[in-house]
Amino acid sequence: MKMAASSERSPPPFPDAEDQESEPALRDEDSDEGADIFLGTNPLEAMADSTFSASDVLSDLPNDLLGEPPSAVFGDPLSNISKQESTSNPAKQSSKLPSDVPCDIFDPLHGTGMEPKDDGKNASLIDIVINPVTSAKDNLPVDDLLSQPEIDIPAKTKTEQPAELRSEERPKDEPLSVASSKPKKDLFEDSPEDLFSELPKTKAKTKPQMDLFGDSSPDLFMDAKAAADTGPGRNAPADLFSEESVATTTSKSAKSNISANSIVTANSKANGVHSDEEEQDIFAEATVELSLDSPHNNRKTLDTTKPSEPASSLSAAAGSSKAQAKTLEELEEEESEDKFELNISITNPEKVGDGMNAYMAYKVSTQTTLPMFRSKTFTVRRRFSDFLGLYEKLSEKHSQNGYIVPPPPEKSLLGMTKVKVGKDDPSSGEFVERRRASLERYLQRVVCHPSLLQDPDVREFLEREELPRAVNTQALSGAGFLKMINKATDAVSKMTIKMNESDVWFEEKLQEVESEDQQLRKLHAVVDSLVSHRKELSVNTAVFAKSVAMLGSSEDNTALSRALSQLAELEDKIEQLHQEQAGNDFFVFTELLADYIRLLGAVRGSFDQRMKSWQRWQDAQTTLQKKREAEAKLLWANKPDKLQQAKDEIAEWEGKVTQYEREFERVSATVRKEVIRFEKEKARDFKKQIIKYLESLLQSQQQLIKYWEAFLPEAKAIA
Amino acid sequence: MNRSGKTADTMEGSGLTISASSIKVNEATLDEDTLVFSITSQKLSNGMGVCVCRTYEDFEWLQQSLFAPDEPDLHGVIFPPLPAKLIMSPQSQINNKTLKQLGFLALGDCCRTYCEALELYLQQVALHPILSKNKALETLLTNTESPGKQRAKKGIFNRLSQVMEEKRKESHKDVDDFFQNERDNNSNMTALTKVTTERFLDVVLAEQRLSVASKHLSSSIQLWVNQEDSANAAFSKICLKTSKVFETIKRNFEKTAENNISTLGLGLDLQSRYQEAEKEMLFRRTCKLVELEAANKNTERAKANKKGIMEEVRNVLEKQFDGMSSMARQEVGRFHQSRVALLRTALVSWCEQQLNTATEIAALYSEHLEACQKLPEE
Repeated sequence: MKMAASSERSPPPFPDAEDQESEPALRDEDSDEGADIFLGTNPLEAMADSTFSASDVLSDLPNDLLGEPPSAVFGDPLSNISKQESTSNPAKQSSKLPSDVPCDIFDPLHGTGMEPKDDGKNASLIDIVINPVTSAKDNLPVDDLLSQPEIDIPAKTKTEQPAELRSEERPKDEPLSVASSKPKKDLFEDSPEDLFSELPKTKAKTKPQMDLFGDSSPDLFMDAKAAADTGPGRNAPADLFSEESVATTTSKSAKSNISANSIVTANSKANGVHSDEEEQDIFAEATVELSLDSPHNNRKTLDTTKPSEPASSLSAAAGSSKAQAKTLEELEEEESEDKFELNISITNPEKVGDGMNAYMAYKVSTQTTLPMFRSKTFTVRRRFSDFLGLYEKLSEKHSQNGYIVPPPPEKSLLGMTKVKVGKDDPSSGEFVERRRASLERYLQRVVCHPSLLQDPDVREFLEREELPRAVNTQALSGAGFLKMINKATDAVSKMTIKMNESDVWFEEKLQEVESEDQQLRKLHAVVDSLVSHRKELSVNTAVFAKSVAMLGSSEDNTALSRALSQLAELEDKIEQLHQEQAGNDFFVFTELLADYIRLLGAVRGSFDQRMKSWQRWQDAQTTLQKKREAEAKLLWANKPDKLQQAKDEIAEWEGKVTQYEREFERVSATVRKEVIRFEKEKARDFKKQIIKYLESLLQSQQQLIKYWEAFLPEAKAIA
Repeated sequence: MNRSGKTADTMEGSGLTISASSIKVNEATLDEDTLVFSITSQKLSNGMGVCVCRTYEDFEWLQQSLFAPDEPDLHGVIFPPLPAKLIMSPQSQINNKTLKQLGFLALGDCCRTYCEALELYLQQVALHPILSKNKALETLLTNTESPGKQRAKKGIFNRLSQVMEEKRKESHKDVDDFFQNERDNNSNMTALTKVTTERFLDVVLAEQRLSVASKHLSSSIQLWVNQEDSANAAFSKICLKTSKVFETIKRNFEKTAENNISTLGLGLDLQSRYQEAEKEMLFRRTCKLVELEAANKNTERAKANKKGIMEEVRNVLEKQFDGMSSMARQEVGRFHQSRVALLRTALVSWCEQQLNTATEIAALYSEHLEACQKLPEE
């Protein structure tokens, strides 16, 4: 389970963690807020962040899923871990691991207010850090060289995605901060810089502590790395840095850079190992981490400030890994306890503009009791491309993590052109209604997803008066969208062949999903023909009614003539029923099936993401193998000059392998959870729809009985 | 074979000894290429049951026997219409051509509707005050030997259809307003009834297609559920239920279509064919009228030496025409009565059956609904 747990460590989970957290966060305001602060104050604890982010995520997840009140969280071993981690980064490591490093270490650090430049301290801390990591990685040989690279792996992997992450996470802060106490709200909505400056005021007490850790931990980290990394192996990070530094030009990072820099120099002097280049690298990583990790740090801070006795919870930490294992299992079972007080309806489709520039605008009304929204009811106007834009944003952010992002209805050029051109064409009215209902279902599915609901873009979509005009939705239009799904499907099936699936569950599920997709398509065709037959019947009935009416008017026998005209009326009414029923068939079943065909595409997409992650892991393993072989050759050839470089490379790739494996496991866990959620939603949805359908059937049948009852005396009255 | 003698005999007969309402055409069985209908009836005197097997040719023989060409008054009779021959393809399936020709009568399981149409035909013949006296009917109903073998020569029915040029006489102005009226009315109603019947047939066919489509959907869902293991038990249950719902929907359409065929469909079809029969009778009378008017003209123009013969011919024709007209007048009255009665029966039983079906299906729907609401979600 440790593996699974640590897999959560990598950067992609952060948004997840955010999402997961945010629901409890609503109740647990303090914790979030504290955490946020931490981020600002402690930008430099790069190393610590990367390691504890795993437990961080885990502790959050179980909370949400189990629906435990946040207060309980702190009693939870899991949360304790995170708490400890956040307060005492190096100490946490030791507590978590079987190594003998005393927990007390942590306290001294706290108490003494260890100086960042205290070389002696740093040295000891380094050891602490290294040890836990190595022991955490049971499968790796306990070797200093190896353990050290590991340390920088997290850091490096973080740097790979920072640009995306940052863009995601900064907005993420927003909902959290809104939910949490007011004074800090502004801070979070503003740039991190503000945080930084204002923190002292709000959390004056915690800040000094943080600084201690912030300063010290990067040092540790850098030292460790510096020792490990000498020479060419450093190139990659250097590149990363150059990229990142461009991206991370916030004043915050700038500040942290400065501090990091000074620390580093101090350390490097003390150790006497580093070259200038290395320092640069370290520096770069530190800065990158800072920006990446900020939300997490934020959350952690809360822990430090609130419970305020981190030491007490250390003991609990030992059992944490087991608890984590359990909770992951429970995720699957207990996940559906989400009760959202959120109703969304889409009404009043309205044509805006004229000619080919015309578009349909829909009224999106939200009713909610969720505190994350500013008011209980609000209404915005959105056009179709806004919905597509929302999907694109969500998909970009969440798909890669294995989330099933509900797809919107396809663009329909034909339908829309009819709307634009046609005046009172009934088919264009039908199209608009169909589109409206479809968008409504789409939006409801989005907000039903506990993670997606927390996305600031969703909230903005529901609340904000004016949205920036969505562009590039062309890719999603009609055929393009389908093509995209098909492409994903192809990729998945191709990879399935290559992938030696270790997890039977996924293998079976994917097969299930694929056969379900085929079945749904078949059903869709059958329902389609049913609907067209129903329409045909409706038309035929209308024609028959007309004939009967004419027959009745030509009939000489008065009573028969009367009965016939009554019959004509009866048939007209029956025709109406057929028509309504055809509509029901269509809206309930055809659309439901169409929705689920699209959704299954998204499900396959999430499997695809898992495959990709697996592929990356496998590729890394292959590379690692090659590097090892190269090292062996060098040993054989007795070329010690190149040996160090080879060792470095091996270390680097070993780290990558671990990282990718964790990522893969994390994505797997998400996909698993999502698929289970999807299936539950599906059962619920189908049940709802079949009940709705039966109600409509019953109603129309009862109406029919009334019609027949009314006609019977007329028939009998024929003399 | 002395046909005229035999006809005279039958006409003098004391009438049918069989109860008209007891005549039933129970089933049709395929004997090689020939459909054989089993007909049961009861004697009026002692209620004893009689059962015979007849082919379509036997019915044709009856129809031709009923009409004796040398009995002028019979020209004014509206003969109950015999349905066209039902030709079964080897696969005992109804092809489009048969469907077009026979309409409703081609529908229903095991030629059920066709049997009912034959039954109605026999009953109508048996109920007819004049035709029921014809021995041929009794023979058909009771004689163990198949009468169809004594093949009658082609009667007036075939001849009529061959003589196309006489069709122009259809528009001939009638001397009698009653008949002129009836003719106008008939041609109007015939067309309307035919169209209405065809359209009703379309409705029924659409219902049948819907029934098939629902069945298909129901079994598709079931197949799907069977493929899926119990991995998602709740979902499987919902699907299974949905499958059942569509089975009920299928039953609804199936039943509704059956009701439509066996009551109103059959009624409209008979109505339509009866109107054709009336039209033919009216046409026969019109032909006679044209003949008579021609004779009148000839008599006027005839030279003195031929005048006598001409007058004689004219008088015969006039007598025939008068007899025919008075018979026709009666028949038209009778026809309208029975036509309304037949349609009434059809409408009432149609309505009752549909009401029953609707009630039954509504009960099933609400059962389903209740069951669905109890379904677990998780």
